[in-house]
Amino acid sequence: MKHLKKYYGIILVAIIIAAIVIAAWALNATQQKEILTVSTTTSLYETGLLDILDAEFEAKYPNINVTFISQGTGLAIKTAMGGDADMILVHDPDREQAFLNEGYGVNRKIVAYNFFVIVGPEDDPAGVKGLDPVNALLAIKEAGEAGNAIWVSRGDDSGTHSMEKRLWIAGDEDASVLRDEKWYWERGAGMTATLVMANEKRGYTICDMGSYLNNYVSGAIDLEIMVEAGQETLNVYSAIACDPQNPDLAHVKFDHAMKFINFLASDEVQEIFADFGVDNFGQPLFNPAVKLLKENTDPTVAGWIKDFAYIDGTECPSDKRYETGNLSFLKIATIPTIIRRESLN
Amino acid sequence: MTSEIIDGVIQAFHLLFSLDPTVYSIVFRSLYVSGLATAMAMLWSLPIAVILGMKNFRGKRFVKASFNAFLGVPTVVLGLVLFLLLKRSGPFGMFELLFTPLAISIGQAILITPILVSFTMSAIESVDTELRELARTLGSTEIQASTAILREAAGGVTLAVIAGFNRAFAELGVATMIGGNVHGRTRVLTTAIALEINRADIAFSIALGVILVGIVFAMSLILNYLRRS
Repeated sequence: MKHLKKYYGIILVAIIIAAIVIAAWALNATQQKEILTVSTTTSLYETGLLDILDAEFEAKYPNINVTFISQGTGLAIKTAMGGDADMILVHDPDREQAFLNEGYGVNRKIVAYNFFVIVGPEDDPAGVKGLDPVNALLAIKEAGEAGNAIWVSRGDDSGTHSMEKRLWIAGDEDASVLRDEKWYWERGAGMTATLVMANEKRGYTICDMGSYLNNYVSGAIDLEIMVEAGQETLNVYSAIACDPQNPDLAHVKFDHAMKFINFLASDEVQEIFADFGVDNFGQPLFNPAVKLLKENTDPTVAGWIKDFAYIDGTECPSDKRYETGNLSFLKIATIPTIIRRESLN
Repeated sequence: MTSEIIDGVIQAFHLLFSLDPTVYSIVFRSLYVSGLATAMAMLWSLPIAVILGMKNFRGKRFVKASFNAFLGVPTVVLGLVLFLLLKRSGPFGMFELLFTPLAISIGQAILITPILVSFTMSAIESVDTELRELARTLGSTEIQASTAILREAAGGVTLAVIAGFNRAFAELGVATMIGGNVHGRTRVLTTAIALEINRADIAFSIALGVILVGIVFAMSLILNYLRRS
């Protein structure tokens, strides 16, 4: 028996290698599908909505495997520009416009919206409750300089970070200067991580309603809403397909991306948006935008979206449309004569 | 794509040699945080090592084995445990340590304690047995005897300290999870490299990477030199 002992090591290694090979083979067998890579934002991903959409989509298209890369909008767009995604699902109209204009994206479709809120500790040391967003930030800055408040910033070039920077600019402040101040904590991470830090430090931060409710109800944070939703804090999510006409992006799975965008804009999925979170939070985390814009069901919000998120008066400029299939794009003036002229082109 | 890497490297060296304040503030914070961690770890690891190396007691083998087992503790697990302990609603929440440089130092100190203990212990054990007996009989107090032994094992102790510092300096899990990578506050070399990618600042990350590797290599060279002598 003794001579067997020296083979134990070899036998063990052989078993481990065999196990790894079998596992890899089993994993590979499930990956025969084509992969559609969607580069998206942490706020959408962390709420769990995308998991539901993923399951629905794959039930409809069993041959496509949807993979989400969850990053801040800034990096999500950079990922797509580098050819590592087939489409993007983001929330920063200025950056989206640049993405289209630089020749990386086509067929932009607005799919959902919600609002950013400013959240903070219950005792509200900066006294911002009820202020408008810009004045609230300025009050937090003042209280911060006096050592009474902390502001936690995403600091990751995400869509939320862009919104924060826009608000600072509106208050004649520059976030790139503020980031070196003691009361300004630049997190450099996703939405939940930022909320958790603000919660721990009893600080203030800005966050989309979906992420706030998700973390508040789960008990991860107990911060409260200080500044409510309004026109200045509108948050609009759009889907854009990577442009296969761009030589650097010729390899993207454009057809699959268009299937997914059509899917997002479909009545069925817009209904999912409207329902998602209602049971747990008493309100949807993301509001469907397609019907709202098409039928003008809420003229106030529709007007805000058009002001904020339309590019040259439309969801997608006509020169940035390519093999649109069933997808249609809305524009501000939908009077019949213009439609007719458009269809002649 | 390749040109991006080359550009990144060129810009990185520009950042390095222009003594860019953002880069160097992160470097100094890293040195400070991990230096403090090493100092704290020495505070308790050296006495533990001396006791384990010189005394015999029941369960000693088990204690030694435990320290050796913890040599390989994954930093993310340690980070997770510390996060839960230090968070506001956790048992040590009242100290408000989470997301402070001190919290990173404490975490790294715990991380490297097994390294310091194990290495120092072997160094002590390798000191000539007779010398240990001599020190024990001649030394008027336990402390003096221990100090004499440590002095004899100085090479091994230095080795332990440098190895510990290196591990602390290059770890990511603890610094990310309980430091939080806050700009100008808890952003250290490893977290900056890992998470600044999120800002897609390639040159900045490369510059920090070069410094991190440089310092770790320098430390390892010293380590190797000590090991040989």
